[in-house]
Amino acid sequence: MVEKLLEGSKRYYMWLLFLVVVIAVCFIVYLFQLFEGLGVTGMNRDVSWGLYISQFTYLVGVAASAVMLVLPAYFHHYKKFKIMIIFGEFMAISAVVMCCLFIVVDLGQPQRMANVMLHPTPNSVMFYDMIVLIGYLTLNCIIGWVTLEAERHETQPPKWVLYLAYLSIIWAFSIHTVTAFLYAGIPGRHYWLTAIMAARFLSSAFCSGPAILLLLMLLLRRLTGFNPGKEAIHTLATIITYAMCLNVFFYLLEVFTAFYSNIPGHYDPLVFLFTGYHGVTSWVTPCMWLAVLCTIGCLSILIPPQTRSGKYMPYALGMLVLASWIDKGLGLLIGGFTPNMFESVTLYLPTVRELVVAVGVYAVGALVLSLLWKIALSVKFETGHSDGDLVK
Amino acid sequence: MNKNRRSFLKVAGLSVFALSSGATAFSSAAQAMVSPGTYEPAPKELKAKRWAMVIDTRTFRTADDYKAIIEACHAAHNVPDIRSKADGHEDQEIKWIWTDSYKHAFPDDLNEHLADRVKKRPFPLLCNHCTNPPCVRVCPTQATYQLPNGIVTMDYHRCIGCRFCMAGCPYGARSFNFVDPRGYLSDPVPNPEYPTRMIGVVEKCTFCVERLAKGLMPACVEASEGRILFGDLNDPESTVRKALAENYSIRRKPNLGTQPGVYYIV
Repeated sequence: MVEKLLEGSKRYYMWLLFLVVVIAVCFIVYLFQLFEGLGVTGMNRDVSWGLYISQFTYLVGVAASAVMLVLPAYFHHYKKFKIMIIFGEFMAISAVVMCCLFIVVDLGQPQRMANVMLHPTPNSVMFYDMIVLIGYLTLNCIIGWVTLEAERHETQPPKWVLYLAYLSIIWAFSIHTVTAFLYAGIPGRHYWLTAIMAARFLSSAFCSGPAILLLLMLLLRRLTGFNPGKEAIHTLATIITYAMCLNVFFYLLEVFTAFYSNIPGHYDPLVFLFTGYHGVTSWVTPCMWLAVLCTIGCLSILIPPQTRSGKYMPYALGMLVLASWIDKGLGLLIGGFTPNMFESVTLYLPTVRELVVAVGVYAVGALVLSLLWKIALSVKFETGHSDGDLVK
Repeated sequence: MNKNRRSFLKVAGLSVFALSSGATAFSSAAQAMVSPGTYEPAPKELKAKRWAMVIDTRTFRTADDYKAIIEACHAAHNVPDIRSKADGHEDQEIKWIWTDSYKHAFPDDLNEHLADRVKKRPFPLLCNHCTNPPCVRVCPTQATYQLPNGIVTMDYHRCIGCRFCMAGCPYGARSFNFVDPRGYLSDPVPNPEYPTRMIGVVEKCTFCVERLAKGLMPACVEASEGRILFGDLNDPESTVRKALAENYSIRRKPNLGTQPGVYYIV
């Protein structure tokens, strides 16, 4: 199927060229970081993880979210999702690739990365994170490729793939649970030390991941004419709505516990994020309020069934992605490190070079996604499975 | 056909045997070259079941009292003074031992009406060498590890710089080499016997494990002129146990269950 990559429009090649150029430029900036050290980033002694690890966390969620298509399709035999499933699986692959790269660019000594395997340490959650991410990547590669190959030959995929798909469902939950455990088991970081962290991670993943997928599918429909089908879109929008409601609910549970218990350690990070702490405000505060507005905005479009998959849906999804990205991609990390261990504030602002490296990783993800989706689309059009509205 | 296969198996089996025995012989020779005496304790080494530190904060009077211990430690371990250059890396500094106010050192104790002498006194802060160290628990490569005598120390050459330990430490005791530390050290370095670090690894106080091996007390203890005590917590006759028995002492964030090995007499 790889040969499908070599046949495409001029626009397709221009897009690939654009990505390769972006990656090359960002890689040069990364080399500077590699030689000069992480001093080129805005991270510091008190906020010792920043944009890289937060993007890693967000993207593990995006990877896990493929399960929101796989589960209804394989467990509940919901046929309308079958046409779209491969796009979810391939998006998961690209997300895991980005996760791994974000970890690598965050390491002070990436050359020693293999030490995690050479000296396996079962008491470290990072050890399990490595196992589940590699496992999930492998599962999605095998399942995606074999089912697509079968579709291309108009046959049923072999039975063992079904069992792998069931395994991938559990695995998807596990990758994000383990990622939450990276944070939720640390004593002394008040914002992270909460049993609901894994549940919050999963709920935010299951709304934001499918929302990104759906937005990209709408873009694909406009660009190539591939139609995921009206009913599939509506069902996915419904799943996204439920997950987002749960996500907001879980967050409000945190807010209640923090403020009703009135324990300073519990409410300090929230106070810092939303109002500033002891007179110190940061650029995160307006972002957090923007996330609140976006949440209200997206839910007021997604909750009424009439508008859920209507013409305003893309805007709602956009707001949802932005809100969940601010919550998990900024607030989670910065709130976890501020106030710091001395209950004072050290501010964090990503540097331009840090942002460029992050853009580079996203560009690699976009490249992987473009190539994989190109293969999938070619097979869909070749076999005539390009219109979801025709699926019975 | 059958004969061919059998002879092939014979040859293959023999060569595998020859290769593997050769490899074992080689590796055991290599081991024999490395192993003798590698981990033997130094003859003069100071020994304890559980090393602990007691800082008598009442006896620190002038700024020089604090400066002496910080300078002794940072010189002994070639700790760079990142703040000495105003180059934008001030927040990315390295510190093994430093001072902070009571409010910041003991943030769980929210008493507004503390005696002035406690409220205004700087407290020396360093790694607590916890009995249950979260940094050791989270480290994915065992670059940070605990010795049987309670000291939490580091292998700078194994550290991958993931900084999970910095997120895990509730005492802010760990520093990461964001920039090349050698650029901030004098030439020659203050202590040529102790290694300098490279970019991208984490470091912290090691209770001077390298000095204990030579029979010396930790650098800060030596420079403190008796203000800091160091000894075996498991020995009821040790100086630290006696000091703790006779004075009221506190530890940082005791409710986290880490069991710090650094005590403060207030």
